[in-house]
Amino acid sequence: MATLAVVSSTLGLSDTFSKLKHDGKVAFIPYITAGDPDLSTTAEALKILDTCGSDIIELGVPYSDPLADGPVIQAAATRALARGTNLDSILDMLKQVIPQLSCPIALFTYYNPILKRGVEKFMITVKEVGVHGLVVPDVPLEETELLRQEASKHNIELVLLTTPTTPRERMKAIVEATEGYLYLVSSIGVTGARASISGKVQSLLQEIKAESSKPVAVGFGISTPEHVKQMAEWGADGVIVGSAVVKILGDAMSPEEGLKKLEEFTKSLKSALI
Amino acid sequence: MAFSSSSSNLTAYTATAITKPSSSPVIRFNKASTFRPKPISISCVMTQQSTNSSAAAVEDTAALRPDPLGRFGKFGGKYVPETLMYALSELETAFRALATDYEFQKKLDGILRDYVGRESPLYFAERLTEHYKRPNGEGPEIYLKREDLNHTGAHKINNAVAQALLAKKLGKERIIAETGAGQHGVATATVCARFGLKCIIYMGAQDMERQALNVFRMRLLGAEVRAVHSGTATLKDATSEAIRDWVTNVETTHYILGSVAGPHPYPMMVREFHAVIGKETRKQALEKWGGKPDVLVACVGGGSNAMGLFHEFVEDKEVRMIGVEAAGFGLDSGKHAATLTKGEVGVLHGAMSYLLQDDDGQIIEPHSISAGLDYPGVGPEHSFLKDIGRAEYHSITDEEALEAFKRLSRLEGIIPALETSHALAYLEKLCPTLPNGAKVVLNCSGRGDKDVHTAIKHLQV
Repeated sequence: MATLAVVSSTLGLSDTFSKLKHDGKVAFIPYITAGDPDLSTTAEALKILDTCGSDIIELGVPYSDPLADGPVIQAAATRALARGTNLDSILDMLKQVIPQLSCPIALFTYYNPILKRGVEKFMITVKEVGVHGLVVPDVPLEETELLRQEASKHNIELVLLTTPTTPRERMKAIVEATEGYLYLVSSIGVTGARASISGKVQSLLQEIKAESSKPVAVGFGISTPEHVKQMAEWGADGVIVGSAVVKILGDAMSPEEGLKKLEEFTKSLKSALI
Repeated sequence: MAFSSSSSNLTAYTATAITKPSSSPVIRFNKASTFRPKPISISCVMTQQSTNSSAAAVEDTAALRPDPLGRFGKFGGKYVPETLMYALSELETAFRALATDYEFQKKLDGILRDYVGRESPLYFAERLTEHYKRPNGEGPEIYLKREDLNHTGAHKINNAVAQALLAKKLGKERIIAETGAGQHGVATATVCARFGLKCIIYMGAQDMERQALNVFRMRLLGAEVRAVHSGTATLKDATSEAIRDWVTNVETTHYILGSVAGPHPYPMMVREFHAVIGKETRKQALEKWGGKPDVLVACVGGGSNAMGLFHEFVEDKEVRMIGVEAAGFGLDSGKHAATLTKGEVGVLHGAMSYLLQDDDGQIIEPHSISAGLDYPGVGPEHSFLKDIGRAEYHSITDEEALEAFKRLSRLEGIIPALETSHALAYLEKLCPTLPNGAKVVLNCSGRGDKDVHTAIKHLQV
């Protein structure tokens, strides 16, 4: 069934990476939680992240029981939900904002909200507003069949995750199945800034690249320009920064202050990749 | 007499490799219910063929509880962050190996007998039976399976001891657990003290307030109790936090999940560790009246005591199985925990099952006077048994449970847990419909000492 109103004219996730590779660049991928402090701030934040040079933006859909998230993103989700943020209101906002962005959006959501809506219906509605990709952290490879089928039918790239505890054979299967990019979780744990990123990431990147030429983006824990630079040096094709960005918006005294600090921080992170 | 010489209580979780004679006819039953021994192959899910062959395989796998992916029909599975997947398969492999580990079985057997106090009696509740006699003198016979007599006062310890032993086998020295009312937390703290394991219990800050006695007990037993303030600060949030801890510390830590919920292999494993309840019941029923129970009744929160009783009898089609959930303030009040009656299918804490959720798929905070039933999900195997019509699920309000709490105390001198009181309350509706002499076995899953403070607030005695 054809979908109307494909409003995004940006490249998809894989194409973005191809272009960056061609230009010898590493992707900068920030993450923010939709609705914290409120959706209009999120809309502004998306535009700022875009103009400051983000190559892809991950947008989190707040959920009541986020198993993969640490205290910063948990708190952001709780605040967003308390304000009444839900998928419909997020999609309404995206409908307005995505046409103004030059980089693609990947939605980061847990599985139950997708199931509640119906997997196919979910894909249709997010595609309608111009979302390009999807990350679902609580669906392991064995359970992704339905998601992958529906995502691919509707041209949504389903990004899969691999971690330091994933055995090599399994990692191979995951990278073979992932679309857009492979999300390499940098550490054994949940989201949240870390003081340093484990050296294991470097060897994991090498192992993955020995198996596949698909782009790999590293996430979890990355919170400073130094970390970002290090990931690029270790061979990452993309660097994801989540909690550190969410914290800036969440801790700010006002949305305006948050957006201002967000701009400064984003520029400092992006500059580490130039 | 604690156990029969064939250690029949242990064969519940052994694979068909065991050829020890058993006093109960479980061998054919095990064939239908155990997992396949060969390792899980990822490629079978990946290829196109898998969808085509699945139709033919459905007939086959529907009989498997669970199938190799940990599914009971469409329920169950492993919906967790990738970081945990290896630990889950490691856990399953270790659990499977127990089938031929006689040392483990002997040790567990000994602990269940000498430390937990098994086997628990099957008690004929004379005055309760009298209470349900109709004017013409006819009525069912009520038997109580006395899990309340176990060490720590509930069935929870069966699973806790076995998992603690399993953790030691895995070389994990750090144990974490979630708890609602505190009974599973107390059972876990108890076994960690017994086996010298470091113990951390996650408990919702709200729950800690209403079950202060259990918090004290856990700390007295040497456990660290961590308050969870996120979300609604109740059991579901404690469970989420325990899962996050496990994601972070998976290499050193074993997560003793307290019910037949969560990702595979937990629903299967916890069921097998509680299956001793049903196995003993079969033997005891045979001894007492030379037959099987006609009806099994148990309360359902996550579903562990119910699965422990039901599992043995699932293949005995003439045995009726009834699970009783918490209707809280009433099914239409929006304040209940009747997941199987009012919930919808979704994914919570690693498993696909019925759960209480709002229109956006956010998990709702349930309500029940009994903290142990106050969980918005339910074990996936119960969801499966409901859907195939093998078991029935009803619900009982706070008020009805409190009445039953008083009733058993007065009629039998047994103060039941508020959770158990829900099952007891259902007898009021069930017994008038049963034929004369029908044998009802109700799982008396816990004793009610822990509930006196709550009872004082609500009851005039």
